[in-house]
Amino acid sequence: MSATTSSNPLTRLLNANTSSEKGGRRLTLGRQLILQVLCLIIAAEVLFPIMYIVTLAFSSQTSRPSSLQLIPTELSLVAFQQVLDRPTANPVSFLELLRNSFFLSFGVGFAALLVAVTAAYAFSRFKFKGRAFLMVLVFVPLLMPAVGLSTPLYLLMNSIRLFDETGKLIFNLRDSLLGVGIAITAGALPFAVWNLKGYLDTIPKELEEAAMIDGASFNQVFVRIVLPLAAPQLAVTFFLGFMGHWQEFALSWLFLTKPEDYTLSMTLYNMTGQYAQNIPWNRFSAMAIIVALPVSIIYLALQKQIVGGLTAGGVKE
Amino acid sequence: MAQLTLPAKTPKKTRGKADQANLAYVYLIPAFAVMAVITFYPLIYQIIVSFTNFETKHLLKGLTSPDLQFIGLKNYIDILTGGLPVQNFEFFRVLAFNLWWAVTNVLVHVPAGVLIAVLLNTQDLWFKRIYRAIYILPVIVPPLVVATVWRNIFDEQYGAMNQFLTSVTALFGAVDPVRIRWLAEYNPPIPFLLPGVPLPLAYYAMMIANFWLGWPFMTVVATGALQSIPKDLYEAAAIDGATGPQQFWNITVPMLRPAMVPAAIYGFTLSFNLFSFVYFLTGGGPARSTEILVTFAYDLVRNLRLFGAAAAFAVIVFFVAIVIFLITNRLTRATESYSEA
Repeated sequence: MSATTSSNPLTRLLNANTSSEKGGRRLTLGRQLILQVLCLIIAAEVLFPIMYIVTLAFSSQTSRPSSLQLIPTELSLVAFQQVLDRPTANPVSFLELLRNSFFLSFGVGFAALLVAVTAAYAFSRFKFKGRAFLMVLVFVPLLMPAVGLSTPLYLLMNSIRLFDETGKLIFNLRDSLLGVGIAITAGALPFAVWNLKGYLDTIPKELEEAAMIDGASFNQVFVRIVLPLAAPQLAVTFFLGFMGHWQEFALSWLFLTKPEDYTLSMTLYNMTGQYAQNIPWNRFSAMAIIVALPVSIIYLALQKQIVGGLTAGGVKE
Repeated sequence: MAQLTLPAKTPKKTRGKADQANLAYVYLIPAFAVMAVITFYPLIYQIIVSFTNFETKHLLKGLTSPDLQFIGLKNYIDILTGGLPVQNFEFFRVLAFNLWWAVTNVLVHVPAGVLIAVLLNTQDLWFKRIYRAIYILPVIVPPLVVATVWRNIFDEQYGAMNQFLTSVTALFGAVDPVRIRWLAEYNPPIPFLLPGVPLPLAYYAMMIANFWLGWPFMTVVATGALQSIPKDLYEAAAIDGATGPQQFWNITVPMLRPAMVPAAIYGFTLSFNLFSFVYFLTGGGPARSTEILVTFAYDLVRNLRLFGAAAAFAVIVFFVAIVIFLITNRLTRATESYSEA
């Protein structure tokens, strides 16, 4: 059992006691077979939508499926090719959609982190007047559901406009990726502060104290000791943000009107919503897989840190 | 924790506590300056707008529009009494559905997750690793994609669910293809389930899709907790002649409770505000019968463009969120002391 004391529930799930424990009764063959049937039914339930979408995505048929198919009969990449070529009816390329999604998810993740890290350090290490009050102030927005601030942000950013000399509107902050990015950051920043503070609290203070006894200033301690020690958690917070904002839909769907600003999530919604009548399902399925892949890969690569990071300071999302 | 006083003890440091406090404020400036502009100011602005009749025609000039009126609590009263110019909207019905939705999800996910974790924990079960690898898949796929996929699965004509049911009924000699209108049928299949709140087929479709998404997380948590139950407990119980079910109810369930209660609360909060999932799957339809608070709040801004009412609605949602937080926080604390006892 000592080999499975990993703090990560996911690895524990995958490596949990597979054999040779003491005690209990041995499984009879009859019971074993009944349990195997149960396990297979559950596996079928899990694999049903996955196999369905994979089969559709690798099909060259543009028509909707007339009967249920859960095992690919062909491995055609036509649908992927078409999605990469021309994802929607709008004159916007896949690369532009990808760039917009990356701009929002990376931009927001990075900005929130950069701004949050010093505040998280201050909350974790300093005692000062008003600390409790300020911490509540950071915590309160976390209780708000993500769409809760959409009205005022929409109205406030909509009033920031630039006109050229003829009076033509050339820029509206609300209808821009920058505006959406700022709106998402409004929700992401308190989360980043809270999450990082939770982690910094777990870093032992002895190193910092030793450095201060040696005459280092608070700023030196922060830059030379705390930041390097917190680097893994900075990365986790960044990727948590990235995974969340990669799927961000509500604010971008509310703010953005120009097709060239659309993100991958918005395109995916367009492929299922009321405008979806003409979109072949093999392309929709290919798109679904493409949108899911980055998040799935990052999750698998970082699952240990992510589960730990979520439980350290996670409040929502 | 006691080391916090240490900087004062260090001989070299002459700077006092005041200096340290000032530095703390400097460190806080970036985050609070940004939050003041993009979080706190909008929160206050939201409250101001919630007392006005802000609509699309006021967008250009905002609060300085000449015909913008401060109408006091009218938006709040309209929302709570169904006075909004919106069809099929009653606040308390949506709130009741929202709570029911979150509670029923947890009530289904937690027992399923625990039972499957126990199943996987059976010793000498063949292919354990393979099953574990498969069962984790729903945790990995982004919920947004899950919702879009399930929306197509519930398509009336070409969806996989009806096709699956068609092939099942064909086994029993049925000829006609199954054409269940999963997302469009309004009449509740079980009318007496939640009095006063219709639960259309779309609700069950949502439950099925969210079941797929929800139980594997509970299995992950339950497996972690199962590993920490000492085997001796089961051995002692077996010697005393306790049967399998008796061991489950008297050892497994009480030992899992400290881990499962926080997980259930997390699942409740998550389901309660599951915006994209509901919006992608049913869009709140048919006839707003599967609307939850966050999707309706969104509809008020995005499609109905009643900005004043939307702001008031968001303020109400915020208070609902605070009440839920206070209750769940209490529950978590209560179980913490239980686990120590």
